[in-house]
Amino acid sequence: MALLVSAAIGLLTACGLYLLLRPRVFSVILGLTLLSYAVNALIFLGGRLSATAAPLALPGAVGLADPLPQALVLTAIVIGFGMTAYLVALALRAKGETGTDHVDGAPPTDTPPGRAE
Amino acid sequence: MSPHALAALLLAPFLGVPLVLLLQARGRRWAAWGAAGAMAAGLAILAPFVSAVLHGGTVVMRWPWLPEWGMDVALRLDGLGLLFAGLILGIGLLIVLYAAYYLPMNDRLGRFYAMLLAFAGGMLGVALAENMLLLVVFWEITSLSSFLLIAYWSDSREARVAARMALAVTGGGGLALLAGVLLLAHVAGSFELSEVLARGDLVRDHALYPVILVLVLLGAFTKSAQFPFHFWLPNAMAAPTPVSAYLHSATMVKAGVFLLARFYPVLAETDLWLVLVGGTGAVTFVYGAYVALLKNDLKGLLAYSTISHLGLITLLLGLNTPMAAVAAVFHIINHAIFKASLFIAAGIIDHECGTRDMRRLGGLFRFMPWTATLAIVAAGSMAGVPLLNGFLSKEMFFVETINHPAFFGAMGYALPAFATLAGMLSVAYSARFVHEVFFSAATADMPRTPHEPPRWMRLPVDVLVALVLLVGLLPQWTVGPILTAASAAVLQADVPPFKLAIWHGFNMPLAMSAAALVGGLLYYRRRHALFALHARFLPRLASQVAFERAYRIAEFAAMRLMALADRRSLPTYLALFLGFTVVLGAWAWHSATPSSLAGPLPWGETDPVTWVGVALLAIGALGTVLLHRQRLIALVFMSVAGLVVSLAFLRFAAPDLALTQLSVEVVTIVLLLMALRYLPQEAVAESSPALRWRDAALAGLGGLGVAALCFAMLTRPFDTISGYHIAQSVPGGGGANVVNVILVDFRGFDTLGEIAVLAMAALGLHALLDGLRLVPQAGGTRTQDRYPVMLAMLMRPLLPLAIAVSVHIFLRGHNLPGGGFIAGLVIAIALMLQYVAGGIDFAQARLRLDYVRVLGLGLAIAMATGLASWLFGRPFLTSAHGYVSPPIVGSFEIASAMAFDLGVCLVVIGAVMLALTELGLLGCREQAPAQGEG
Repeated sequence: MALLVSAAIGLLTACGLYLLLRPRVFSVILGLTLLSYAVNALIFLGGRLSATAAPLALPGAVGLADPLPQALVLTAIVIGFGMTAYLVALALRAKGETGTDHVDGAPPTDTPPGRAE
Repeated sequence: MSPHALAALLLAPFLGVPLVLLLQARGRRWAAWGAAGAMAAGLAILAPFVSAVLHGGTVVMRWPWLPEWGMDVALRLDGLGLLFAGLILGIGLLIVLYAAYYLPMNDRLGRFYAMLLAFAGGMLGVALAENMLLLVVFWEITSLSSFLLIAYWSDSREARVAARMALAVTGGGGLALLAGVLLLAHVAGSFELSEVLARGDLVRDHALYPVILVLVLLGAFTKSAQFPFHFWLPNAMAAPTPVSAYLHSATMVKAGVFLLARFYPVLAETDLWLVLVGGTGAVTFVYGAYVALLKNDLKGLLAYSTISHLGLITLLLGLNTPMAAVAAVFHIINHAIFKASLFIAAGIIDHECGTRDMRRLGGLFRFMPWTATLAIVAAGSMAGVPLLNGFLSKEMFFVETINHPAFFGAMGYALPAFATLAGMLSVAYSARFVHEVFFSAATADMPRTPHEPPRWMRLPVDVLVALVLLVGLLPQWTVGPILTAASAAVLQADVPPFKLAIWHGFNMPLAMSAAALVGGLLYYRRRHALFALHARFLPRLASQVAFERAYRIAEFAAMRLMALADRRSLPTYLALFLGFTVVLGAWAWHSATPSSLAGPLPWGETDPVTWVGVALLAIGALGTVLLHRQRLIALVFMSVAGLVVSLAFLRFAAPDLALTQLSVEVVTIVLLLMALRYLPQEAVAESSPALRWRDAALAGLGGLGVAALCFAMLTRPFDTISGYHIAQSVPGGGGANVVNVILVDFRGFDTLGEIAVLAMAALGLHALLDGLRLVPQAGGTRTQDRYPVMLAMLMRPLLPLAIAVSVHIFLRGHNLPGGGFIAGLVIAIALMLQYVAGGIDFAQARLRLDYVRVLGLGLAIAMATGLASWLFGRPFLTSAHGYVSPPIVGSFEIASAMAFDLGVCLVVIGAVMLALTELGLLGCREQAPAQGEG
């Protein structure tokens, strides 16, 4: 189980990182979203896996799931939305200013500056 | 006099810096008075100490500053410090007066005096430091302020290059000095000079002694322009002449020899010292004197002469005999006096004639007899003419060269012969200065007809030349006491008895002086042969060329490195960052104590449901990556991954997370879909395959690292720190949903910060998109379909229902899954559906909500809840709870934290809706596609 879950999180991370390195904003936003899934899940796993733990401190509940990582992740999810929304706005604004959705504000030129084509 | 007055002495020039900057607004005269006042104040504070120090006392002042780092503000005033403080402030005062006349009338002087005073303060700090680190700090202040002063006329490229060169050389030496001082303190066990100076034997016997010596000498030699680091000084003549007169004769360049004198008791009197210090001094002495004669520029001649005299002082200190050290101190005094007056005179000549080129000057004695007389006397002192002060110290030097213990047999003649030769060269360039400027036939090539300068401009020369004569004629009476006190401070021992007199009878030194004078004059007469010879075999000034070459190589290498590392591209930065992170992680893993990746805990049994979940997750994530250029499809794949994550939360006992993730997922997807309208739907593959493989490798390594971390974590024992929260949730927080109680109660302050961040992000988005006009991509035109009737009909009654559900989620949140975050998201989704179904115009017209105000209201409520607890005398955000039983709804527990949760809920609604409506409003002000990309 531990190996399987770790592999899943590793895969999410790798996919997120690869998209993060793409040159267009939309891919970067997708990458960041995948990456935040992975990070949230990792923090959540800090409280360890248990399919049988009780989620609520109701009378008679034993073996309660660790609530601290959950509280951390809950706010992280919401803030993650705030970040995504802000990035989208930034990307659209940059598109409006530069006319391109390339992260550097201009598509790359194949020839280095200063060298004739 | 309290030792603490030393701090006032040190502060006086620094306090003068803002003073002159303020005063310059009232006129240059005010600025000059301010600067003079600061120098005079320093002298006044110094005066009461004089008699005690002259009687052999050492005043030490100590304020603890950073005692754990051995850093105290500790100052000392001994004979050597007194001598230098007197030179710095006394000559400084004269320079302030001179500069007021020298600098052009349109210069307001404030900036100049501010730099000059900062330099004087740094120099005083060097002279007065008791703590060696403090000495280094002030040493660097002199380097920096001299950089500013040399580049004072910053319009001139020559001045800027010279300043940069001086800073690179002296600043580099300062770094070496810092290293040397740190090693010295390590060996001697203290940063305090009083202690270090008493441990000379310990240091000299230590294995690190050669290293310390070389590092300290690098500092001293660069500052005092010793060969081969001399080249910055002639270039620094681009500075205004008052700067040259001050820094390059009396103070800054003397800091190097001051350092040699200061550390004399610790580092000197070894063979290595004799070879390095004596050797460098000797080479510099004769090289400077030789080049000085070749210079056509008046200040260039003086600069090389300064290099030569500094070489003489260094040589004297390097001779390792007590009397040579006394002679060195004596020559420091004499050289400061005559060289400052010569620089000032050169400045006057430049000022009056419009040129300093000796080939164009001539016969000035007729035009300015008084200035000429003064300059001739000073030049005589420089040449070592009897009855002047320079003669006395040169005579002492000659005495020390005869019968030096390190040179015996036939070698016993070598040193005196060398001294006489160098003396000859000094006489030759002094003769050139006097003859070509004041006597040789007027060439009528001078830009202006010169005349005597204003009386006050000449006053500094008057004073200094009077000192030349006084010291020359009455040495014992004038400099005897300070020379004894300063020499005692240098030697840290009793000074051997010496007699300062102008006549010692007919002896060997006198014969050497006579030989130098006669030989020098003859040599000067034959100079044209020398010039011809020199022009034929023009020697390259090797060290300056080497410096410039090294500088250009460094510049080029830095640019190449920058070009390599900085492609001005965010993906490259990210890839570099990621690469470094991977390397760091691997390195940390490698260097940690070896242990297996898997911990002691069992791995746990897998079950089919998890396998299915992971398979779906993999499909979602990989699909997003593989199809990321077809953006709509990629978005669908990504939402699959998000859905699996929410389900995983649900399965592993985190219902709150599942609810939050699910609703955030919905909102995010809608947001991205809306953004896609303005971005290309499909992108072309533009990264080269090599680049893609690189990124894939980096991403794979990163993923592997995270997986390893996760696996190591999961298989290791774990001890929760949540025990307190779980135990106190029901009795203390009044809720069984521990996660929610943590959010709104235990860690309420964190949550307040988090909703503030959320609000800021939403406001930032609002600011970014406000008024933005974009060209829609996506097939260009807006769909002409009416909004689907069925959806619209269904959505309208759904809104109240959805709100009821979210109120329920909100109210039960303290005990069951739910709470402000989730309730806010549910309401936001319900509102969003109205926009989707009815269109933005329809929804805006009916909802009339200003979401910025909703944000503000939410924050205000959350804040007010926190503040309310102050009314009850409790800390911020303390909560109270109890049961209420309103009709119909039934009994439920209510906590004051619920009001806080309401604030959270409102902020979430505000943020989400602000984001969505801003994006929706973009559609109302689209540009026609034809105007955009063709």
